[in-house]
Parts: sequence; structure tokens; C-alpha cells
Amino acid sequence: MPSANTQGAQRDTAAPSAPPPAIELRGISKAFGPVQANKDISIRVMPDTIHGIIGENGAGKSTLMSILYGFYKADKGEILIDGTPTTIPDSQAAIRAGIGMVFQHFKLVQNFTVLENIILGVEDGALLRPSLSKARRELKRLAEEYGLEVDPDAVIEELSVGHQQRVEILKALYRQANILILDEPTGVLTPAEADHLFRILDNLRAQGKTIILITHKLREIMEITDTVSVMRRGEMTATVKTAETSPEELAELMVGRKVLLHVPKGPANPGETVLEIEGLRVTDADKVERLKGINLTIRAGEILGIAGVAGNGQSELLEVLGGYARATGTIKVNGQEIDLTGKHSDGQSRRARGIAHVPEDRHHYGLILDFSAWENMVFGYHNAPEYQKNAAIMDNAGIIEKTEAAMEHFDVRPPIPSLPAKSFSGGNQQKIVLAREIERNPDLLLVGQPTRGVDIGAIEFIHRRIVELRDAGKAVLLVSVELDEIMSLSDRIAVMFDGQIMGERLPAETNERELGLLMAGVTETGGAS
Amino acid sequence: MDKLPAWADLVLVPLISLLLAAVISVLVILAIGQDPWEAVRVMVQGALGSPYGWGYTLYYTTSFIFTGLAVTVAYHASQFNIGGEGQAQIGGLGVALVCLALPWPHWTLALPAAMVGAALFGAAWAAIPAYLQAKRGSHIVITTIMFNYIASALIVYLLVEVLRPAGQMDPATARFPKGAALPTFHDIPGLNLIFDAPVPANVTFLIAVAACFAVWVLLWRTRLGYEIRAFGKSERAAVYAGISPVKVIMVAMLISGALAGLMAINNVMGEAERLLQNSAEGAGFIGIAVALMGRNHPLGVFLAAFLFGFLYQGGAEMGLWTSIPIELRLLLQGLVILFTGALDNMVRMMLVPFFRSRRAA
Repeated sequence: MPSANTQGAQRDTAAPSAPPPAIELRGISKAFGPVQANKDISIRVMPDTIHGIIGENGAGKSTLMSILYGFYKADKGEILIDGTPTTIPDSQAAIRAGIGMVFQHFKLVQNFTVLENIILGVEDGALLRPSLSKARRELKRLAEEYGLEVDPDAVIEELSVGHQQRVEILKALYRQANILILDEPTGVLTPAEADHLFRILDNLRAQGKTIILITHKLREIMEITDTVSVMRRGEMTATVKTAETSPEELAELMVGRKVLLHVPKGPANPGETVLEIEGLRVTDADKVERLKGINLTIRAGEILGIAGVAGNGQSELLEVLGGYARATGTIKVNGQEIDLTGKHSDGQSRRARGIAHVPEDRHHYGLILDFSAWENMVFGYHNAPEYQKNAAIMDNAGIIEKTEAAMEHFDVRPPIPSLPAKSFSGGNQQKIVLAREIERNPDLLLVGQPTRGVDIGAIEFIHRRIVELRDAGKAVLLVSVELDEIMSLSDRIAVMFDGQIMGERLPAETNERELGLLMAGVTETGGAS
Repeated sequence: MDKLPAWADLVLVPLISLLLAAVISVLVILAIGQDPWEAVRVMVQGALGSPYGWGYTLYYTTSFIFTGLAVTVAYHASQFNIGGEGQAQIGGLGVALVCLALPWPHWTLALPAAMVGAALFGAAWAAIPAYLQAKRGSHIVITTIMFNYIASALIVYLLVEVLRPAGQMDPATARFPKGAALPTFHDIPGLNLIFDAPVPANVTFLIAVAACFAVWVLLWRTRLGYEIRAFGKSERAAVYAGISPVKVIMVAMLISGALAGLMAINNVMGEAERLLQNSAEGAGFIGIAVALMGRNHPLGVFLAAFLFGFLYQGGAEMGLWTSIPIELRLLLQGLVILFTGALDNMVRMMLVPFFRSRRAA
């Protein structure tokens, strides 16, 4: 492989037969105050491979990569690049060492073009034109070599998230990175975009690049990596060949105990119809029709899963049901029509009708991050009589007591009601929201992306709770972009595409391929557009 | 990670900010060839060294508490009410109309009525920008600033054309009836042993202290306060929870305007005893600094209002008794606002590594 040599880094290593690791970390430790984020971590990433690093949120993956990229200085340990001990005091040094980083949150200038972003920071000379034309040529070459097509003159803010990510990768390649680190790259991508990214990564590996993929999704690890290292609580617990492991083993290594990736659930026992939606239409502020006549029913004791690529109307459906978007059509809950446009189309009225809602975006909707856990535990239900001391004053002490009980019930850690919501991990934040909505014993639970950004251990717990609610005879509407989740939890699956229901399937009688086609808007096999 | 312990955030940061402001003030006084220690001595002596000084300091403090609380309540609904100045002036109009409407027999009757007038007028003046923000999305900062000017012009017009008694030269209302005069600290039995000469500080100070407590209860103990704070932190989440943005903006701004209006009890009813032009004298703007420095908490507002009361009175004394120009008072206030308000994060950032290394050790 030529690329390992382009760095000229094999100067002082003998053994030409076995190339040195592209990156080797030896005994890296890093503490933040009393928190030991990385404990004596050693890892060898071989050239021309995709090396996965998997671990729950807070396991220390990002800290480790920040050390490698020069954002933090390790307290102890050394870094070897292509066998050469290297110090990386800042990100410039990392770039010089051939390391490129693609962050989870892109670092792009939104109103610059792709080309302008590519050359930002590496312009040659005072005039832009020579740099731009050089970058244009180079971009063309990279696009051909790795299948990374992006319009060089497009403005970033007009690009899809997937394309913006490609620009980030191109930026790193333009800076001659041989080692690419991708931090949770699929967190923001649709399944199709993720697939495309993996094809790109495949290409890059074939062309001799080394890739470190940080993720907490087992599926991605299994799909694309050659080797995988597992981190737990700041320690590297194992490094294994991907081909020789299984998702179950990795999950156990990550969490430190056996994890059920699929929650066991018995057959549904549906009762009365709880939710009846007919001809539901939503038009957004730009006069674009987002829901184009939705018909759905959910009965008590069943989970209806809505599958679909993000942005096909699922969010709007939840918003209308939750009472914070206007719509036309009819929605009946327990046989009674609910107000969709008037005075009673707000969250308070919906809750009064027994509809609880775990929103898709817990950071911006489900929680007030600066509020304490107990303040969040009554959010939306703060007018309920049991939370009041008298007509004006809230019963804060009583709420704190109830919060303590709910936190225990839902295994929220740490179980400290006064802690602000932002101090909890993603999984525990979600448990707070779930506890709040489920403890009110609703007739209908709306759940959007219940496990987005949630650790594997917490996923199992959350899934269990949703199934328990169903078994208690409640109706559940589940919206998720994770097809696995839809398949394993739903009693019926409805697929949404472009504001319409493309069809309903029973999980036992369908497969990912069929659902995938429906999600892409193809109703009959063979009719792909 | 970049977090200071609560005590450092609440006590240390403001103290260091104040210290920095003081150091620069000292340098400026040295630069104009004056003696800074003399200046400090005169300020402390003038503001806190005598019952007379305290009488003025607490009088200013009272005004600043009201305007500071006004900014605080609006802030928690994420509304930046810069219109305290205008709302306080219009509150003064309310006070004047109430006080002049009847031959009040005793202040205990006049005070509640005047408070209602002050609060209603102040709230009404805040209501229009609030409505424009809630319903039309007109930015509250712009509209409240504009309403300050409108208030000022309106008051001048009313004083000159409508409320000025026939034959009076200066643009002001008639003097309020004797029965509407509020007892000053000099008039209150017991307190008059300390305040043995007439001072402007009056019973309104006690109302201001009560208002601090009331605002604390409102924000942290009532459903309304919960909704105000929730909306202020995240409008999207508030809508998810079924909290009406229009309602929260309107209610928070009405309360804010009412608090700013109530300031007029102190200066118009308690001190001037008639309505003059520009009655708020900038206290509405000081309220912004007070709320900023007081971390938008009623207790902080109380302390910050006292600090600004001290600067106001001490600065005036300094202008009076030293050859340091009175304009230096503005410089002092400006520096305090700059360091405690605008550069607050600078001090915090300087402290973070210190605490981090200490914790790591």
C-alpha cells in the first residue's frame, strides 16, 4: 500500500514485512478533576483498516480522540504515528501528522461555498483565486478517486446534512490526512445517507486510508469495521476482530453485563379503539403540505410503529397529536373528537384528554435543560391539582418527593431531584421524560425517537417500559427512524413517506427490505424510481 | 466542566468585578491629579457615614429595587424590558392623578390607591410593546426604547398643557395634598431617633423589600412563575407543554411594567410630592444594571440596588465636597456596569482554571 509510505514515517522502524500501526496509543491517561476520563489506554490501529471504537456516552471515546487531535493533553502516555513517537500539542500538529477529524457537529461556515470552506485556513498567499482554482482541481480528483461528489460552488447551508459531512471529509483529505477520525458520523444522517457514507469509507479504505470510527451503534460496527475496541468508564475493555465477535458480545463488553438487544414481548391483546385519525392534513408556514391525508387507528393494548426516513411527516403527526401544530381532518380519542385548530388545541388540552407525549427532541421540547429534574418531572402537568399547595403556590416539596419516587422507579441515575436536567446523560434524560409521561397513566402515549442518543443499557430499559405500558392496555404510537426499533417493538407498522401512509404491515409478515422500499416511496416491488 | 462552585459564582465573581472597577476608578482619579483616598473617604462618609447619607442612599436604593425587579421579571420570560424609565414616568402620572383626585385624609388611604395607580399606569405602558411582541413579533427592546421617548414627550405635554395649575411657571403638577404625603424615616417613631433630620427615604423602602420577597415567591413558588421561567428558558418546550407564549409575554411584561411604575411611589409621592418632568431620573436604566449584577434574583437585586444607591449618593457627595468633578460619578457607575454586567464572563473565565487546578490537586 503506497499511502503508508507517503507520510515518510517509516524512517526509524525496521521490520518492513509488518508495517507499524498507523496509530498507536500507549498508556494514555487523562483526568478532569476527580473524573478519570481515560485510564491507561493502549490501542493499535493498523493501516488501511477501519477501526471502530464503541462505548456508551461518557465512556471516554471523545476524550481519547480529542487527545489524539491535540485538543487535550494527556496526563500520561505516548502517541506513535506510523511507529514514530509524536507529540500533538494542538490540532495543527495533528493535521501535520496526517490526522483528519470529522466532528459530530460540523465546523463549516454556513454561508461560504464548499470550495471556500475547503481552503479556509490553508489558503496560499493573500489572493484567493489561486487557492480556489487549485482546490477546485484537487476536489475534482478527490471526487473521482473516492466517490465524494459535491458541487464545489454550492453554499453550505443549502446542502443536506449528508453532503455537509462529505465536505468535512473532503476538508480532511485536502489537508492530506491519511488517518480519518469520524465521531458519531451517522447520528445526523438518514439511513440512505449513512449507507452512502459507508460506501465512501469503504472506498477510502481501499485507497489506503486508515479510519477510526467512533460510535455507539453496534450495527455500524458490525457492518463496516475490521477491528473494534470497546471502551467502558474510561477504560479500554477489549479489542477484537469484528469478524470474530457478535453484537451481543460487544453490548455486554460495553455495558458490563448481559444486555437484551430485543426486548421479549408477548402477543398484543388489542381492545377498544383509542385513537382514530381521518384525513389529517397539515400545511406548514411555507404553504408546503406536510401531511397529505393521514388515516390511522390504534387500539388499546397495541403499539403502532411509524417507520420512515426523517422528514416525511412523522414529526408533524406527533406535533398535531401533541397539540402544538394546526391541522385539518378529524382525530378522535376514545371516540371523542379533539379540537385541531381552536382554543383547545394546545398541549394542556391534549394532556387532559389522556394523551402523553415523549417528544422526538428531548433537548428542545421534552425538557428544560436548565431546570432541575423535579421541575422537569411536572413539566406540562404543572397545573395538575396534586402538584399544588393552594390556589397560587406550587407544592415544591411534594413534587420533589414524587420525583424521588419516580426516579427510583425509572432507575434515573444519579437519583438527585435538584440536579439540572442538563447534567444527566442522554439515557437518563430520556428516562426523566418517560417517567413523567408514563407515571401519569395516559390512555395514549406518543413516543418519538425514544432511544436517540441513549446508551444501550438504557435502551433495553426504555423498550421494556413501552412494552409494559402496552401490556397495561394502553395505546402507543411509536415514531422512530431506527428500523430495528420499529421492527422489535411494534405490533403493527405503518410506513410514512412524503406525508402519506404508504402501507401497513405486521412485523412478522414483513422484512427490512420491504419496509425500506415503502420508506423510499415504492409501493410495489419492481417499481423503483 | 467550566463551572465554578456556586459560592464563587454568586460572591467571588461580583466582588472581583467590583474590585476591578474600583482599581480603574482609582487610576482615573490619579490620572486627573486627584487623591483617590480622599474620594473614597468622601464617598463612604457621604453615603454611609451619617443618618443623612443613609437617608439618601436608601432612597435611591428603593427606586433601583423597583426598576431592577422590573427587569428581572421580564428577563425570566426572556423579555429584555428596557422601558423601565418610561414605565416609571407613566407610573408617576398614575400616582399624580390619584393623589390629586381626592383631598386624601391620611397617607394610609392614599398609599394603596396610589400604588394601584402607579402599577396600572406602568403596566399599561408596558402592555403595548408586550402586545406588539406577543402578537406581531416586534422586538421588545426596540419598542420599549421607543416608548421611553414617547412617555417622556407625553409627560411634558401633559405637564405643560393639562396638569399645570393656572399661573404656575414650571411644568409640574400642583403639590399633592398634605394627606397624601408619605412618612419619611424622619417621621416614623423609633426610626426618627436615628434619622433626626428630614431625609427622602420613606416607607416605600419597606414596600420595595416586600416586593423583593413577592417577586421571589412569584418566580419560584407559583405556577405562573414556573410558566414564565419555562418559557424564558425554552419557548419551544413551553409550547410543547401547552404554555401559551402570548399569555406569558403579556403577563410577565405587565408585572414588569407595574413594578417599574411602582417606583413612582418612592420618588413622586414620597419625595417630590408632585409630578415633574423626567421624574425617573435614569433609575429605569440603572435597573438594567442592577438586575444584571443581581443575577436576576430578588436578593441580588436588593444588594445591587444598594450598591448603586451608595454610588449615587456617594458620587454626589464627592462632586460636592472634593474638586473631583461630579461627572466622575457616571464613570464609576459605568465601570461597575461594565465589569459586573458586560465583562462578567471575563472574570468568570479567569477564575475557572484556578478552580479546576485546585480541584485536580
